[in-house]
Amino acid sequence: MSMVYTEEYLKEKLIKELDAVHVEVRDESDGCGAKFSALVVSDRFEGKPPLARQRLVHAALRDELRAVHAFSQRTLTAAQWRARPAPAP
Amino acid sequence: MNTILIRNVSPIYKNAFKLTSRLFADAAINDKIDKIVKNNKVVVFMKGVPDAPRCGFSNAVVQIMRMHAVSYDSHDVLADENLRQGIKEYSNWPTIPQVFINGEFVGGCDIMLQMHQSGELVEELKKVGIKSALLTADEAKKESSK
Repeated sequence: MSMVYTEEYLKEKLIKELDAVHVEVRDESDGCGAKFSALVVSDRFEGKPPLARQRLVHAALRDELRAVHAFSQRTLTAAQWRARPAPAP
Repeated sequence: MNTILIRNVSPIYKNAFKLTSRLFADAAINDKIDKIVKNNKVVVFMKGVPDAPRCGFSNAVVQIMRMHAVSYDSHDVLADENLRQGIKEYSNWPTIPQVFINGEFVGGCDIMLQMHQSGELVEELKKVGIKSALLTADEAKKESSK
């Protein structure tokens, strides 16, 4: 039985590992923990191309991603996040 | 006595054999992937085949490539478990699909989408001598409005 991860757990981990100032995690598998999408806002991404940013996120969730089937992400710096706020849900 | 000895010892040999064959397999698949990505300008490792992708993310990459009318070498990781694990280790990237341009890992579905939207993909393709169909369409539009 592999661990089932929740939105909240992944969010906390991303905040902690990446000094993220804003994180949104969505379980797109109706709580099965198989498919997630994440928005991560962190100044650790400053000056890094998308590939390097996503690698940072992968590294932060290295163990978790072994059990997660699908994971899509948006990675922004705090400045990019302020300049392009997502529409309110 | 003899049979007990064999019973006790043989699993060790079996494991050692498994371990060494696994190591050889790793080296072999690594070389194979290396050749694939270096011998083709654009390579996509995906779930399923371009005409029948078996995952939404792989399908998204196929659709992007179609829009740009890029011909590419595709490999179905669902048909080869060794390749499925091997490609993740080769690129140090945990998910499928994976896109390589000119031997270099470019990204997965999210990055391809971003590059498509930002126009960066057109530029990357241009660098390796591939003219995106979106660029051709763009030029035709400009030409007709002259």
